[in-house]
Formats: sequence, structure tokens, C-alpha cells
Amino acid sequence: MSVYDTYEAVIGLEVHAQLSTKTKIFCGCSTTFGNAPNSNVCPVCLGMPGVLPVLNKQVVEYAIRLGLATHCAISPTSVFARKNYFYPDLPKGYQISQYEEPICRHGFVDIDLEDGSTKRIGVTRIHMEEDAGKSIHDMDTDTLVDVNRCGTPLLEIVSEPDMRSAKEASQYLHSVWQTVKYLGICDGNMEEGSLRCDANISVRLKGETKLGTKAELKNMNSFRNVERAIEYEIKRQIDLIEEGGTVVQQTLLWNAEKNIAAPMRSKEEAHDYRYFPDPDLVPVVVDNAWIASAQKLIPELPKERRKRFVESFKLPAYDAGVLTQERELAEYFESAAGQLSKKNEENHKTVSNWIMTDVLRVMNDKKIAVADCPITPEHLGAMVNLIADGTISGKIAKEVFDDMLTTKEHPKAIVERKGLLQISDAGAIEKEIDLILAKFPNEMTRYRGGEVKLTGFFVGETMKVMKGKGNPKLINEILKKKLDG
Amino acid sequence: MSVTIKDVEHIAKLAKLEFSDAEKEKFTHQFNDILKYMEQLNSVDTTGVEPLAQVIELKNVFRDDTVKPSTPTEEALKNAPASSDVHFKVPKVIG
Repeated sequence: MSVYDTYEAVIGLEVHAQLSTKTKIFCGCSTTFGNAPNSNVCPVCLGMPGVLPVLNKQVVEYAIRLGLATHCAISPTSVFARKNYFYPDLPKGYQISQYEEPICRHGFVDIDLEDGSTKRIGVTRIHMEEDAGKSIHDMDTDTLVDVNRCGTPLLEIVSEPDMRSAKEASQYLHSVWQTVKYLGICDGNMEEGSLRCDANISVRLKGETKLGTKAELKNMNSFRNVERAIEYEIKRQIDLIEEGGTVVQQTLLWNAEKNIAAPMRSKEEAHDYRYFPDPDLVPVVVDNAWIASAQKLIPELPKERRKRFVESFKLPAYDAGVLTQERELAEYFESAAGQLSKKNEENHKTVSNWIMTDVLRVMNDKKIAVADCPITPEHLGAMVNLIADGTISGKIAKEVFDDMLTTKEHPKAIVERKGLLQISDAGAIEKEIDLILAKFPNEMTRYRGGEVKLTGFFVGETMKVMKGKGNPKLINEILKKKLDG
Repeated sequence: MSVTIKDVEHIAKLAKLEFSDAEKEKFTHQFNDILKYMEQLNSVDTTGVEPLAQVIELKNVFRDDTVKPSTPTEEALKNAPASSDVHFKVPKVIG
């Protein structure tokens, strides 16, 4: 047993989700990403004296929805607080956040472990806050500040220290990511910083109940980085303790290029935020009627959808998992399946296969979202119908699929235009087979001598002369009759 | 509770302010005087009274999520001691 196995890690995550509202949390400035620097600013988000922040109702609505989706209690009353610190990208000198009375508390997220079991990760709290601006350190001899992002609404989701490995942490993060995307409250783009994750990590000997000293890891902007960074930090702490050292409480920044975590230059007195209630903002009161109406707007979440896909479409669990990764993909499948003239298990599985292999490949190759796939779910469903009713073979379908990609035409139109109709005329097939058998007398003798695997050869040859349009089932049947007869 | 010169130094540091020893001494006294005056409030029995974060009895003051015109960049940068075309400029934060 390795020394690493005698330790366990204790991990808690703080996830910041940037909300997809049109405007900022306390003013009417746009939240559009990538606009010219300092163009989405006004006296409120610039932190001018004497201005009054007014809360965007949509932010509260989104917070309630996420709270409900993560099984939180929604606080009847919650208040905003000022978190005080100086940094150039925070013009007011304080960030408006929630401290003692966050909007959501005591929830949980269930994650699937590799062994097939589930583990419940506690959600301590979810609160509303504003984002800071952006400091640019490498464009000038001075630091440049862009305040556009300042005031963009965030939900901070704080977990309990319930995770015990990097894998569990990334599973949890994935689950939160999937939930905010399904709810449509955040675009989940980690590279652009729409979803950010900080981790608190400590280690202790297995069986120990006291927590070790934790370090905070920041700047992990992809799922892969989260896993690698946490693994790195767990190992660093164990090595340090094994060498007789002690872990000191500090903030580390993950460097994805070097694959190391380096201590961040400390913000002086960074932990004395002197929170106090913000006198400019009034309490947020959420009654049961509001909660009930928010509940109605929560769509079917990935877990339930996965279950339904297995139960009502009779899909394998693996397929259901892939198809429900993203809400848009799940909806694509359902629309395609809705087109089927025969809604049976076999056809559902065919649709699933086409999506999992061909549609996803196209999306990856072209780096596009489901909504931008040139093949609509209606056309995909119609194509599967053509396969199911014997109009085209699966092989010809590949050609139709590629054609649809560029022409965006209905599969029926393509089949007609290209003359791809499957030949199911037994007489015509028989004629071709007779010619093939006459052409390959040696192979026929070998077949009759016991080399039955030569069937494949004859099927292939027949298909070749029929340009892939022969009905494979009929070809097989007629061939068998001829060869064995 | 009494304020020491160390507390004054700590608060000054958080506020990024620097004071002379004489000023620190003066503020220590003033802080203590203020706190002592406030201590009178301790004589009030607050058993069962919820902490109050707001004195105005309003709740749920909201905006709709509708975009309003922003301030032109030029205008926004006008009060800044230093700026480039489109950015605020501050002394280098990290080197």
C-alpha cells in the first residue's frame, strides 16, 4: 500500500456562475461579453458617489430556480451585504454580496461515482453577488482596468467539504454545470469564465476526524484543470506532511501550462472583509407563491430525463447518459424520435446511434452547438423512417446524411434527386446474383466445400454491382437459397 | 471593549491610510469615546428582538431586466486621474 492511500483528501468547492441576464445585477447596463472596454458602464457600476443600486428581479428568480434544483431551502428574507476590500477592478471599494442571510441554504447535489453508486454532496449556501471588473497587467507599463464586467450578476454556490477525491470534485462540478445549463440561467462556458471554480483542499490520515489546514486553489478554467489541479495539490500536501512539514493556509493559483499550483501574491489583510448590511438595498422577501411559480419553470433535469429515456424509449443507460449531457441534445433526440412513423425500441435506438456517432461527430468537427447543426432533428427522424421502411439501406443513409449536411434538403428529396431508392425487387436482385455466381465459379465451389464465410464476399460483390442500393435482407435471403440449393 | 493603538493601525492599513503617531494616539481616544457613548445602547433590553439591517420598511424593490443606455466611454473616463483611450489606468498591481 502506498503512503498516499493512508491519507484522505477533504475538498469543498465554491462555484461562481455568471447569470445569463440581459443586464447587470444593480443597473441597466448590458452584460454582453466582449464589447469594447468600458462601454457597458454607468454611474452605478462605476461606483460613483451618491448612486443607488436597484436589484434586477431576474437574478432573484434565477437564484430561486437554482436553489430549488439543488434541493435548498429558500430563505423567506435575505439581505445584501458589503464585502470591503481595495482592488482597482472594484471601483466602489466593496463588493455587494450576501453574507449572513443568503437566499438559499442547506441543499444537496447527488453525484454518480465510477462504481455506479451515488454520493450526496451538501450545498451549504447559494448567494447573489456582483462580479468585479477586469485588470489587465500585461498591455501597458501601468495596470489597465475595464469595468464592463463589474456588476455582472453571479450566483456563488458553496459546497460542504464532502468530496474525497479530485474525481468526486469534478463530478460535482459537472453536475452543477449541467444543472445551470439545463435551467438556462448560465451558459456554462468555463473558458470565458461564465462558470468559475475555487477549491478548498486539506488532507488528513484516514480515520482522523479533525480537519487538516486547508489551501485554496483558484484559476482552474476547465473540468480537466480542476481534476489535475486538485490531484496536484493533494499530493503536494501529503508529500509535505510526510517530509515533516506543515501545510500553511494560503491561496494557490493553478498554472495550466506548467501544471503546477503557485502561491498567489497575497492581497494584504485579504481576510478582513468587514461585512455589514448594505444600507442601499432593501431585503428580498420570497413568499410561497413566488417559490411555487419558480418551481413551475424548472425543466426536467438531467437525472430525471436520463431515467425517462431508459424507461420510455427503452434506450440503454449509456445512450441515455450521452443524449442528456446537454438539454439541447436531449431535445434534439426527442424531436427526431417524434418524427418516427413507427415509434418502437429499434427505431429509437437507430436515432440514438445516428446522434451519438454522426451528429456529435459533425458538432465536434465543426465546433458548433446542437442548435447550429445543419441537419434538423425532423430531417434526421425522416431519414430513419426511410431506413425503417426499407426505402434506403443503412449504407445509403450515410450518403444521404452527408448530403443533408451540405444541402440541408429533406432526405426524401435527396433520395429522389440522386436515385438512391433501395431496390427491393426480388427478380432484379436475383438477376444480379446469378451474374455474380457465374462470374465466380471457384468461390462457389469453395463455399459449397464448407467455406461458408464466403457469403460475405458474395453479398459484397452483389452490393457493388447494385451500387449499394440492393436490399441487404433480400440479397442475403436469395444468395443463401442459391448457394445452398 | 476598548480600542488600542494596534486597532487604529489595523483599520488605517485596511483603509490604505497613513497617520503620524500623534494622530494615531488622537484617533485611539476618539474611537474609545465614540464606543463609550454607544455603550449606552447596551442598557436596552433586546431579548427577542430580531436584528435590524434596514430602518426603512421597504422590501422587494426590483428592476426589470431591460437594457438601458450606458455612459459613453469618454464620459466614464473623464474623472479618472489617468486613462488610456478606453481604459482606466492605475499603478501596476502585479509585476
